[in-house]
Amino acid sequence: MNPALLLFDSNTLVHLSPVDLIIIIFYFALVLAIGLYLKEQANTGEDFFMAGREMTAWVAGLAFLSANLGSLELMGWAGNSYKYGILAAHWYWIGAIPAMLFLALVMMPFYHICKTHSVPGYLKLRFGEGAQAISSISFAFMTVLMSGINMYAMAVVMKVVLGWDIHFSIWVSAGTVAIYVALGGLRSAIFNEVLQFFLIWAGALLIPILGLIEAGGWSGLQAKIIQNLTELHVPNPGSYTHLWSTLGSFSANPMGINWVGIVFGLGAVISMGYWTTDFLVVQRVLSAKDLRSAKLAPIIGAAFKMMVPFIVILPGLLGLALLRDPHTGNLIRLVPADLAWSDAGQAQGLHSYDEVLPLMLARYCGPGLLGLGITALIAGFMSGMAGNVSAFTTVWTYDIYGTLINKNASDEAKVRMGRWVTVIGVVVSIVTAYFAKRAPSIMDYVQALFSFFIAPLFGTVILGMLWKRATPAGGWSGLLAGTLSSIGMYTWVKLDPSAVRYVALSLDAQDQAQNMFRALWCCLICVIVTVVVSYLTQPRPDSELKDLVYGLTRIPKAEHVTMFHSPVFWGVVVAVVFIILQIVFW
Amino acid sequence: MKAGGSLSIWFFTGLCLGVNGALIFARGLYELVHPPPEPVVLFELHANVWWGAILLILGITYCLHFSPARERKRMSGNS
Repeated sequence: MNPALLLFDSNTLVHLSPVDLIIIIFYFALVLAIGLYLKEQANTGEDFFMAGREMTAWVAGLAFLSANLGSLELMGWAGNSYKYGILAAHWYWIGAIPAMLFLALVMMPFYHICKTHSVPGYLKLRFGEGAQAISSISFAFMTVLMSGINMYAMAVVMKVVLGWDIHFSIWVSAGTVAIYVALGGLRSAIFNEVLQFFLIWAGALLIPILGLIEAGGWSGLQAKIIQNLTELHVPNPGSYTHLWSTLGSFSANPMGINWVGIVFGLGAVISMGYWTTDFLVVQRVLSAKDLRSAKLAPIIGAAFKMMVPFIVILPGLLGLALLRDPHTGNLIRLVPADLAWSDAGQAQGLHSYDEVLPLMLARYCGPGLLGLGITALIAGFMSGMAGNVSAFTTVWTYDIYGTLINKNASDEAKVRMGRWVTVIGVVVSIVTAYFAKRAPSIMDYVQALFSFFIAPLFGTVILGMLWKRATPAGGWSGLLAGTLSSIGMYTWVKLDPSAVRYVALSLDAQDQAQNMFRALWCCLICVIVTVVVSYLTQPRPDSELKDLVYGLTRIPKAEHVTMFHSPVFWGVVVAVVFIILQIVFW
Repeated sequence: MKAGGSLSIWFFTGLCLGVNGALIFARGLYELVHPPPEPVVLFELHANVWWGAILLILGITYCLHFSPARERKRMSGNS
């Protein structure tokens, strides 16, 4: 056999035609061309790491959202909606919108005025190098690890769906990201993220449209889901299509969570922590050209984020309603990935939850549309990875290299370091991807590690911005205490699973519910320790906190703009639509 | 948002949507004449024809509106 053909297995879910391959190859060529075109525009540190701080609100806003729309996000949450029903939409609505509006209207002025290069950079200005070191090292570690895990997850899906060799998928896609980010820096990453945003929508939007036509609209979809789940003897089948009405008790919904976990654990802590302090997304907004653009960008992102369930959650629900074996007419029941991707699972032809989006794609999309859909998945992966790599590069160069290793590094040396670290970050991600291949359960650990650092970080940053009495010792010790307590609770449940009734308040709590409650407790611990230690230690004088803390920062007066250009107006519009959606899907 | 030269990100976006739209639309027309032996679900709606056409129109609109010539004119007008 021709060695090139060994890269592609013929026994796959879908088969690509020549037109599909042309669409995919054209996409790779275009993103590389953009990287080459932008190379000349990335000569200084501001250009390479902050895209010159000249992005418009639309570009920064779409990149802000796109950096979060990784392939794991698209396929993983479609799979989660198949598993948990419409409850998964909480991660797009209450788990995102309030936090994005809070970032835009409350936190952005501080980030923008202090001209920090990163979130750890803000912590250095506010709390000193101790808090900066904890947050930058943990962020760099997590970012590269997440990037590798995402890469492996995508490669496995490409293997299952298209029959592509795992090594081929990993090296080609990672190599492309490394080239365009190393050439053009953050500007190149952002430009490609905007392009990827459009591709993701163009490739994925047909599935819910055609799916709703086939199901007979929303009411037809609800009826089919109840009918199918009843046939499969699944308890509470009606709970799969209700957002809030089943959250009165832990046992009334498929996730084993109640409204306290969703509102406070997800909405108030995890979501606030991720959308306001995770540098992966915040970096995009920091690149905005002025304060009004920086405030509008997360609002634009929030408006589109509200619509993402249409292309992610709805396909999962459609899978519950419509997926049947074309030959026997029996319902197809998707299973967990470790079972589906095992040798036995493959022999039985099982599919995992994460395959629901590709399965729906294959159901409706013929040649051409299929190539566009697969390109959307690849684009999702690449935007997520470029986001991770560019954020890692900035934090490494400014907060680790420039602070702990070479404090006198010139701007030119930092750009040179940034280009090299981009390539090194990608290589380390690839190594992580192979590590993940050897240990399938690592994804669980990484998700947990991610929540260890994000939830307490939010407590530290928000106290730092809003409470001038918070001291460097308070910030540093609160961050450490929050992180250690989260790790402690996780370890406790691993050693004694019955401890979940204390950590997550119920023995019914599934993994996601445990993450929510653990985040809530560790953020509270971070806040309490920060407050107590701050009162026991000497505060910094007000003169040192200028432009860092609420009350000591002069927010520039908003330029006189019409109502339709005002961030507050659009923030209110997004908030109203958000509330309407909660009521409609109650 | 310019890329430093005269090419806007929206021009690249238009190029991408336009090329993909043209390919999908052409394939859809071909399938109208030569229907595939194993059609996808709801093939009778010919999604590739109208979806390809929508992408093509969007792409052409973006390319024309943000074409390098217009961008250069806009930049010289601003300066």
